[in-house]
Amino acid sequence: MISLNVNQKAYQVDVSPDMPLLWVIRDVLGLTGTKYGCGVAQCGACVVHLNGEAVRSCITKVSRAEGQKVVTIEGLSDNNNHPLQQAWREIDVPQCGYCHSGQLMSAAVLLRENPNPTDKDIDDAMAGNICRCGTYLRIRKAIHIAAGMQQKG
Amino acid sequence: MKQPSAASAHHFLPVKTITVVVVVLSVIAATAATFKDRNDFAGYTAGYDDMSSDSVKSVAAFMKVYKVLMSPRCMNCHPAGDQPLQGDDSHVHTMNVQRGKDGTGVYALKCTNCHQPTNTPGVNTPPGNPKWQLPPSDMKMVFQGKTPRQLALQIMNYNQNGHKNKKQLLEHARDTLVKAGWHMGEGRMPPSLSYNNFLIAWDTWINNGAYAPKR
Repeated sequence: MISLNVNQKAYQVDVSPDMPLLWVIRDVLGLTGTKYGCGVAQCGACVVHLNGEAVRSCITKVSRAEGQKVVTIEGLSDNNNHPLQQAWREIDVPQCGYCHSGQLMSAAVLLRENPNPTDKDIDDAMAGNICRCGTYLRIRKAIHIAAGMQQKG
Repeated sequence: MKQPSAASAHHFLPVKTITVVVVVLSVIAATAATFKDRNDFAGYTAGYDDMSSDSVKSVAAFMKVYKVLMSPRCMNCHPAGDQPLQGDDSHVHTMNVQRGKDGTGVYALKCTNCHQPTNTPGVNTPPGNPKWQLPPSDMKMVFQGKTPRQLALQIMNYNQNGHKNKKQLLEHARDTLVKAGWHMGEGRMPPSLSYNNFLIAWDTWINNGAYAPKR
């Protein structure tokens, strides 16, 4: 049995230690907000926070998460009211929406470490999250809006 | 003619000059001693009691070391720029990943966000090691673009090699991340020399005076 802490809730899961964390999150815990995009850590749809860092859950073994703090898109905020989520809604960022769990989780790390990011900082943080619909311009704008919201408090 | 008295005789000794010379010589001696421990190149390694000095043998061994260090498995993480290289063709790593201040990447694209403690199975998946990172920005230890002479001098320079003395340099070839270069997962060619032969060449180079090739 593997002990997990996901979104501040404790779980015991009976899975192989080698099982990708993404499979555990989606298939065992039923938290389907995190998406499978490529399975080889190249698209970013599967990004979750492991002790605050944006890991790619499709290739992270669940054993690496044992006893650690995992946060998925469902746990990013209490009421979907993280400044990023508000900004995403405000300017209608998603089209199909598939990539956006990962986009938000990556952006959340950026804003935590750099409350006032430049466009280059956004490039450096977000270039690993791809969007087939091409919503990149809105993602960038929403990150700036969210940064402004955070600074206003 | 009046003879100088004993009391005034000492004024003829250049006391200040002697003091300055003693201080300067002490500083030189202290500095030389630290160079010996630091293994600073510039030929200083020649003549150690515990090493033979054979420049031809040493340089020949280094040329084998050079081929390994310039292979993609080593050079990709010792780039000239601030992005790692990737693949057998050493293209710039995708996803715009950056070195960052301490070599571990930035924001949501830190090295260990994707690179796990072990290789991920399958082609085009991230290779892994517990120590996966680039050298830090204040000690980049660049391999890419270096000639054999430049690389040898850099490796032997305490101020450019991550502050490693001779013992630590010998140990470094046995480091887990160095060894990982020979087991980097599917689709990645290992260096042209086997790990054991690399070790022999590395030890031979250093233990025979760590001479740099002429070019």
